[in-house]
Amino acid sequence: MMAASTTMEGTTPELPPLVQASHNNGLLEVFRRRYLLRLLVRSTVQARYQGTFLGWFWSYLQPAVRFCMYYFVFQVLIGRGGPDVYPFAIHLVCGMVIVHFFTETFNGGTRSLVSNRGLIVKLPMPRELFPVANMLVCLWQTTPMLVITIFVSVLLGWTPDPLGLLAALMAILLVGVLGLALALMFSVANVFFRDFSKVTQTLTQFTTFSVPMIYPYSMVADRFSKVPEVAHLYMLNPVAEAVLLMQRCFWLPLTNDPAVSRVEGFPPDLWSRGVIMLVLSFVALGLAQVWFSKLERRVPERL
Amino acid sequence: MANFIEVENATKSFTMQYHRSIKQIALARMRGMKTHDRFNAVDDVSCTVQQGESVGLMGLNGSGKSTLLKLISGVMQPDSGRVMTRGRVAGLIATGAGFQSQVSGRDNLWLNAAILGMSEAETRRKMDEIIDFADLGKFIDTPVAYYSSGMKARLGFAVAINVEADIFIADEALAVGDRPFKKKCKLKMREIRENGTTIFFVSHAPGAVIELCDRVLVLEKGKLGFDGGVQEGIKYLHYDDGDDGDDDEGLGQDD
Repeated sequence: MMAASTTMEGTTPELPPLVQASHNNGLLEVFRRRYLLRLLVRSTVQARYQGTFLGWFWSYLQPAVRFCMYYFVFQVLIGRGGPDVYPFAIHLVCGMVIVHFFTETFNGGTRSLVSNRGLIVKLPMPRELFPVANMLVCLWQTTPMLVITIFVSVLLGWTPDPLGLLAALMAILLVGVLGLALALMFSVANVFFRDFSKVTQTLTQFTTFSVPMIYPYSMVADRFSKVPEVAHLYMLNPVAEAVLLMQRCFWLPLTNDPAVSRVEGFPPDLWSRGVIMLVLSFVALGLAQVWFSKLERRVPERL
Repeated sequence: MANFIEVENATKSFTMQYHRSIKQIALARMRGMKTHDRFNAVDDVSCTVQQGESVGLMGLNGSGKSTLLKLISGVMQPDSGRVMTRGRVAGLIATGAGFQSQVSGRDNLWLNAAILGMSEAETRRKMDEIIDFADLGKFIDTPVAYYSSGMKARLGFAVAINVEADIFIADEALAVGDRPFKKKCKLKMREIRENGTTIFFVSHAPGAVIELCDRVLVLEKGKLGFDGGVQEGIKYLHYDDGDDGDDDEGLGQDD
């Protein structure tokens, strides 16, 4: 029955080692308990559409409706999509995928410790589990939107190129790692002051407008050509970089003249920026882990 | 015999926050009131529990029992001192925590087992036993949201009591549900004990402690007040002179 029972009858008792009751290896421990992580993600996804008549169909319907709304307002109503952003739908959806993934990872992750209070104050488990699980759930939710993007792109004559796919992969990785790093930092701070989830909500509201999604990058470069510092500042935003990488994958090959769009629609150092930001976001994740471990000690009593 | 639990001068202090918003704190400061206070929930406690021992932790409400249990289960870290354990610590704590009400009982069992530290293979091996134990019939495949409170408790209990632990801890009434289910829980606990599992059991019920434990620790305001035999411990707490004598946690009586 018990785990150590074999040692009881054995001649040379091999007992499990005496260790600190509370041991935490942070994200490594989350990786070690990936079976639990998998179940946690699965049941969260399952619970989301449980009891609905349309089931998983909602996961396609919601982003599709959101997309139609944006498209109607900015293309049809305002007439935003000029020849420089053609095809505007793809330009838009590339941004939406990234922005949605980022804001959900950040927002939901920030709330994740407080919303799993019942488990955290009672049972020993790595608390990093909850922001990580949230990030994976968000990634899962992003897939329908990616499927829609690929579907529409193929209809418009898109064929994947390896470099483009690499760009898309980098974009998703960048946003995932960065979102998780921010979620770790804010989730533990949110335990001490619930203000932090409000801060996150406020911050993420800017995301949609701080990336080249409803307007092209060429506009930013154009408007601020006199003060390149502003354009430079704009491009320090990793989410904007990720959106551009995504557009490099899907939008660029579909433009009227990719050779021109490549120069006008993207910063000249798109790739080197992407690599540097990816490295920096991993560094941020490391720092977030240090910060998390430091504050985590008092989490169960302050929740 | 090897020590399975070693608690060495463990102290855990809590901050009581009287005010939280900036306005409240500013007002309290102006009036010269305290904004927060610290107290030791567990105060310099030392004890060891050997392999196969079955220890009852008693004390009045707020004496630090649950905090000490949380130090042992690893939910909390001591501010000073050490708490060491051997092997897997699991048992009847927060049964049913983490249930997703929209998901079926069966899927919740898998999730709950994983939360309690069971691997996939282990869960598969014990699944039938757990489902038998919960004895929910067809309801096992309906969402937990439609369960009665008793059914939910049985489900939580069934997983928790079937986790293979090296140190079995319990922080709630040992029996829930109706009479047959209580009886089943009791038998299972006896089995766990007879298997030589180290047991650490928080209870207010002298009957349950007498039946299950061979040693009693009593906490008083965070300090260890008594460590010794079961009868003496209960006497120390004056739990033996009860005229009301209702032992509703029910291991002792109800046979």
